[in-house]
Amino acid sequence: MNISTLFKKTETLIALILLIVMIIIGCINPAFWRLDNIFSLLKSNVIIGIMALGVTLVMIAGGFDVSFPAFAVAGMYLTVKLMIYTNYQGLVIPFAVAILIGLACGTMNGFFVYRYKMIPLIVTLGTASMVKGFILGVVGTSMININKMPPQLISFAKSNIINFTNADGTKYGMTSMILVYLSLALIIHLFLNYTMLGRGIYALGNDKESAKRAGFNVKLVTFTVFCLAGAIAGFAGLLHSSMIWLANPRDFVGMDLDVIAAVVIGGTSIFGGKGSVIGTMLGVFMLVIIKNSLIIMKVETTWQKVVIGLIIIVATAITAWRDKHNQS
Amino acid sequence: MNKLISSNKFKNKDNGILQLIIITCCIFIIMSILKPDKFLRLYNFESITYIFPELALFSIAMMIAMLTGGIDLSIIGIANLSSILAGVFFHKIASESGDVGTFTVAIGICLSLIIGILAGCINGILITRFSIIPILATMGTGQLFTGIALVLTGGPAIVGFPKVWAFIGNGKILGLPVPFIIFVVVAIAVSYLLRRVTLGINLKLIGTNSKAALFAGIKREKMILVSYMITGVLASIAGVILSGRTNAAKSDYGISYLLQAILIAVLGGTNPSGGKGNVLGISIAVIALMLLSSGFQILRFSNHLIDFIWGAFLLLVIVLNSIRNKSN
Repeated sequence: MNISTLFKKTETLIALILLIVMIIIGCINPAFWRLDNIFSLLKSNVIIGIMALGVTLVMIAGGFDVSFPAFAVAGMYLTVKLMIYTNYQGLVIPFAVAILIGLACGTMNGFFVYRYKMIPLIVTLGTASMVKGFILGVVGTSMININKMPPQLISFAKSNIINFTNADGTKYGMTSMILVYLSLALIIHLFLNYTMLGRGIYALGNDKESAKRAGFNVKLVTFTVFCLAGAIAGFAGLLHSSMIWLANPRDFVGMDLDVIAAVVIGGTSIFGGKGSVIGTMLGVFMLVIIKNSLIIMKVETTWQKVVIGLIIIVATAITAWRDKHNQS
Repeated sequence: MNKLISSNKFKNKDNGILQLIIITCCIFIIMSILKPDKFLRLYNFESITYIFPELALFSIAMMIAMLTGGIDLSIIGIANLSSILAGVFFHKIASESGDVGTFTVAIGICLSLIIGILAGCINGILITRFSIIPILATMGTGQLFTGIALVLTGGPAIVGFPKVWAFIGNGKILGLPVPFIIFVVVAIAVSYLLRRVTLGINLKLIGTNSKAALFAGIKREKMILVSYMITGVLASIAGVILSGRTNAAKSDYGISYLLQAILIAVLGGTNPSGGKGNVLGISIAVIALMLLSSGFQILRFSNHLIDFIWGAFLLLVIVLNSIRNKSN
C-alpha cells in the first residue's frame, strides 16, 4: 500500500512538472498550443516511446540496455531488404519478422547476462557493436529510400485517425501510429501489473535473492525481459522506417541517450524494482517537448547534447534522492 | 598427467597473465602467417607504438573506475573536451601575440589536465554525494562534456595546434616515440599506486566488499572521488596525445575507443564488479588488440566488420573469464 501511494506520488509529480513546462512554453510561444503542433509532438512520441517501454522493462528488472538502437536497425533493415528481395505485398508477416529478429538479438543479451552473470551494460555494448557491425559490414550500408520502400509500409504509417484542414488549405491530422503506441503501452502495463511474470520483473529488480526464494524463476524473468526489449526494439525499427519512408542502416545514432533520459525522467530507478509504464510515457512526452521547444525557442542545436546530459544527471539525482529518502 | 598439472597451473594464475600472453602470441603468429610481407615490417610495429598509448591510457582509466565496481563512460568526452579547450586557448594566444611558444604549450597541457581532474571530480561528486550510479552519472556527464565541446567548436574540428603540441603525439626522444614514453611513465605510476599506496589497496577493498571496507574504517566516498579524478586525468592525457598525433581536436573523435577500452579492461583481467585489476594485464591486452587491429587493416577488413569482431571478442572474453573463474 505504501509503495503504491508512492508510485502515485511520483507520477503525479512528473505530470505536474510536465503541465508547468507546457504552460511556460505556451506562454513564451503561443504557437505551441496549436493543434498541428500538438499532433506533431504526439507523433514524435511514438518511436521513442515504444523503445522506452522496452528499456523500462529492463531497468525495472535492475538491468541496463544500450543495444536497442542496434537491434532496431537489424529489425528494420533486414526486414525491408527481405521484403524487396521477395517482393512481398503483405504487412503482418514483415512486422512479425522484425519482431523475431529483435527477439533473437535480445535472447543473446539474456543469455550472457544470465549464464555468465555479466554486467548488462557491458553485455549490451558488446551485442550492439556486433549486430550493428554485422548489418553495416555484411548486409550493406546503402539507404533504401522512398522509391524502393515497400509501398504498403508507407501507406500503413500514413493513415490518420482524424484529419483537419488549415485556413490556408494545408492538411494535417493525427497519425494512427499513436494508437499502436498506446495499445502497446497498455499491454505492457497490464503485463507488468497483473501477471505473475510481470510481478517477477519487479521482484527481480528489488532483490534477486528474495525473488528466488519467493519462488520466481529468475532465468525465465531475465530472458523474458531482454527478449521483450529486443522484440520491441525490432518492431520500433520497422515502424520508424515506415513512418519516415526510409530505411537507413545508420539510423538511431544517439537514440539510446534520448530513450534512457526519457525513462529516467519517468522515475524508473536503475536500482530496479521501481518504475511504471505511465511514468515512462510522461517522461517520453517531457523529453520530446523539451527537445521540440529548444528548436522553437531557437536554441542552437549544438546545445542539445548539453541539455540531454543535464537532464540525465538531474533526473537520476532526483530518483536517487527519492530512493535514499524512501529507505531512511 | 603432466599436461594436466601444467594446465591447472595455467588456470590458477589469478590474473590470467599467461593466458593473455598466449592469446597475444597466437594473434601474432596467425597474422605473420597470413600476411608476412606486410605484417612483419618494422613500420607496422613502429606505428603501433604511436597509436597504442592513447588506447592504453583510456583502458587504464576504465580499469581504475572498475576497481570500485563502477564504470566511466565519459572518458572520451573528457579527452575531447580537454584537448579542444587547449586548442581554443592556443588559437586565442596566437591571435593576440601571433606566437605560441613552449611555455604557452605547457600552460595548455596544464589546462587540459586540470579539465580532466575537474571532470573526474564532477563524476566523483555525482556518484558519492548524490548517490547516482556510475553508469548513469558518467553517461550524463559524457554527453555534457561532448556537448560543451560541440558548443565550443560549433561542429568542425579544431586544427593548427602548435609544433610543440604535435611533438607530444609524433615526436621521438632517444629513438623512442613520445606517446610510448608517456605511457610507460603513467603505467609504472599507476601500477605503483595500486600495489604500494594505501589509496590503491583501499580501492580494491571497496570493490571487493563495500560494507566490509566501511567497517574497516576506509573513507569510501573520498577514495571513490579520488579514483574518478585519476580516471579523468588519465583520459585527458590520452586526449592530449590523440590531438597531438592527429594535430586536430573534435567533439566526436575516438568514440570507438569506448568499447575498446572496456574490452581491453575486461580482457586484461579487470573484474567489472570491482576488486580486481592490474596494469600489466591491461598493457598486454592492449598489445594483443593492436596486433589484431593492424592485422585486420592489412587484411582490408572494413571498419564495420572490425566493430563486429570487437563486439564478438568482448562476449568471448566474458565467457573465457567465467570459465577461468569457475575452475579456480
